[in-house]
Amino acid sequence: MPTYVRTDKCDGCKGQDKTACMYICPHDLMKLDKDGSETGHAMRAFNQEPEQCWECYSCVKICPQQAIEARHYADIVPLGGSVQPLRGTDSIMWTIKFRNGTLKRFKFPIRTTPEGSIDPYGNKPTATMANITKTGFFNQENGYRAGNPAELIRK
Amino acid sequence: MSGTFGNPEVIQEEVDILLIGGGMACCGAAYEIQRWADAAKAEHGVDLKIKLVDKAAMDRSGAVAQGLSAINTYIGPEQDPADYARMVSNDLMGITRDDLAYDLGRHVDESVHLFEEWGLPIWKLDENGERHDGAQGMTPLKDGGKPVRSGKWQIMINGESYKWIVAEAAKKVLGSDRIQERIFIVKLVNDKNDPNRIAGAVGFSTRDHKVVVYKAKAILLAAGGCVNLFRPRSVGEGQGRAWYPVWNAGSTYTMAAEAGAELTMMENRFVPARFKDGYGPVGAWFLLFKAQAANANGEVYMQKNKEMLNDYPPYGQAAVPASCLRNHLMLKEMKEGRGPIYMDTVTALAKLKETLTPREVKHLEAEAWEDFLDMCVGQCGIWVGENIEPEKKNSELMPTEPYLLGSHSGCCGIWTSGPDDVGAPTTEALPGAPAHLPQGWSWGYRGMTTVKGLFTAGDGVGASGHKFSSGSHAEGRMAAKSMVKYCVDNKDMKVELDTPAEQLVEEIYKPVRNFLEHKDYTTAIDVNPNYITPKMLQFRLQKIMDEYVAGVATYYTTNDKMLAVAEEKLGMLKEDAEKMRAKDLHELLRAWENYHRILTAEAHMKHIQFREESRYPGFYYRMDKNFVDEQNWKCFVNSVYDKTTKQWTCFKRAHVDLVDKSKLFKPAAH
Repeated sequence: MPTYVRTDKCDGCKGQDKTACMYICPHDLMKLDKDGSETGHAMRAFNQEPEQCWECYSCVKICPQQAIEARHYADIVPLGGSVQPLRGTDSIMWTIKFRNGTLKRFKFPIRTTPEGSIDPYGNKPTATMANITKTGFFNQENGYRAGNPAELIRK
Repeated sequence: MSGTFGNPEVIQEEVDILLIGGGMACCGAAYEIQRWADAAKAEHGVDLKIKLVDKAAMDRSGAVAQGLSAINTYIGPEQDPADYARMVSNDLMGITRDDLAYDLGRHVDESVHLFEEWGLPIWKLDENGERHDGAQGMTPLKDGGKPVRSGKWQIMINGESYKWIVAEAAKKVLGSDRIQERIFIVKLVNDKNDPNRIAGAVGFSTRDHKVVVYKAKAILLAAGGCVNLFRPRSVGEGQGRAWYPVWNAGSTYTMAAEAGAELTMMENRFVPARFKDGYGPVGAWFLLFKAQAANANGEVYMQKNKEMLNDYPPYGQAAVPASCLRNHLMLKEMKEGRGPIYMDTVTALAKLKETLTPREVKHLEAEAWEDFLDMCVGQCGIWVGENIEPEKKNSELMPTEPYLLGSHSGCCGIWTSGPDDVGAPTTEALPGAPAHLPQGWSWGYRGMTTVKGLFTAGDGVGASGHKFSSGSHAEGRMAAKSMVKYCVDNKDMKVELDTPAEQLVEEIYKPVRNFLEHKDYTTAIDVNPNYITPKMLQFRLQKIMDEYVAGVATYYTTNDKMLAVAEEKLGMLKEDAEKMRAKDLHELLRAWENYHRILTAEAHMKHIQFREESRYPGFYYRMDKNFVDEQNWKCFVNSVYDKTTKQWTCFKRAHVDLVDKSKLFKPAAH
């Protein structure tokens, strides 16, 4: 399902040098056509290599204008369906339309803390070099499984 | 001075530790490393300069970019790391490093507990056994909360933002000054005074006309597995819908091999049986919704063909037979004309509904869709296009094209130093390994390859497997500690690049030079006798691998003669890679990705050729040696590559069990 960019919604991220979709695409697929020489649509982004699209929806989810949608892989899928998300800060809403018109909506949580709120070392201990060749990490989060020593048959 | 196309600006930088990749492994390393670096500074006065480079954006890079619906490795307080090592071993037909799996098993839950603290919603079971999504504020795992198991090792999550969350922690630790995104590293550089030591890495920006040359004492190379080295089943737009991320180009294996690192088990591959064309996950359907897979006549092939498991003792006799053997049983139905194979979603959901309230049924339907939406939206695309509602219509299953990886249900990768406290061998029992390589499984620094200063994690670590997202994160953290130790131990060492920067820049920009020099010779930009487009080169690679190295075209079969043909064709392909063209930076990215794919593919072919048996029935068959030979081949196949002669040397290393495997097996039926 390669993604496509709607000409009526994309604003090229308001003339910034790089668009949100270019920033995020893990496969370097999104490109801003500054002068319209590549697509006929100046200051719009486009998917420059649709047959390399993993359909990860990273661009769809991040687009501030909701200008990016997906059209199912034409070599596999009959036309007419659509799967469109609206990603918020703590949940994502999906609208799913079948070829036969059936509609479904789902909402799922994506995060239990505010975006940007992670305090990575917060109240965690510091490390000492005496421990650097020992097993375990600098912090213990009650997840280290020491194991039954009898299981190690060559030790 | 800023560069232009064909005349890039060259940026040289010296760091102590370079992290290559931005996926789960490098995010784990980034998180762990600073605390130890701070300790090194406080106690030894060593101020380590650290940098992370990623060819994409960390928020959505690596295999977890799209999200996940489960964390596949969570040991829990009730299981032992030895149980985990046993499972890994059996799923990979007995040849894995117990030291690596065991070590991962004892560490991995630490990372999972952090993910939950950072905000990843993890499903929970209440005291009545009812499932709740991860936003309900129930007891965290670290305080005894009960996860929803979709298998012995898997736990369910609301994981759409899994990578976003994990990246946030890593980015906060390093800070933006120490992270460089959209830099594609394409080559490692050895030390001028010690060819078996790492000294740096080179790459280029996919955004600006810049080549970067890094000098580094220690490097963590964790750039994923290898996808699209075989012709995929879908060759139009659908070729992007690879099961594993399409941007995994074998960079980890190729760069390590060219630097002289010993590879292991490169013959191993993974051929997941997944929902056809969309490659949506099947785990929750089998394990959570209790669906069965059947042939077109409704016969459950795991039952019907179960006698076939007895052909492969003891691996067929485990409670859960190895993944490849499950494919083996499915393939019999396909080859004998009883396809399509279906996941019987209709019966499974109907059965579940018998005991559920309407509210629970609605929740169940949402769970089924979320399983795809969190990690494989493309599968939903196929369902809506074909009007498939799982409670009304069954979906086809199909084994995919082969993938190479070391973190999922595969074990190819780099030979890596393991822990020294679990009884691993310290000598080598089999002859054949080149003399400069270390003996035993632990040569000092955990996570280091056989090249001094070069570390790896995640898909890079071979002969283990089943680490998945959480394990890759934990493995990156282990490597981070070791790299700090390595740098402290070698604080006065100076590394020197064995190749001048100008020469490295020329090598990297060769495809650009090829293009600029010859582009005006023909009127059609893509057809030119002086160069080949990366896309056509990739098609050639995929055709060779598919037709001669046991791809889908031959139902995963090959033989010594076919491999010999492949070897010749791959040799010429490797030569032609020198003539790749790049008409822009995007194509330069593709050119180097495909070069990495070629060398990875060649390693795969050479290892299959060397291993004179069929170790993974269902993943590949050498029809001239169509058996599992425990006597002669229950051993690792390892290799080194000589970048000067461009030749591989394959050899055996002895396999040893560090935990008792007999607990897995029931007695053979015949």
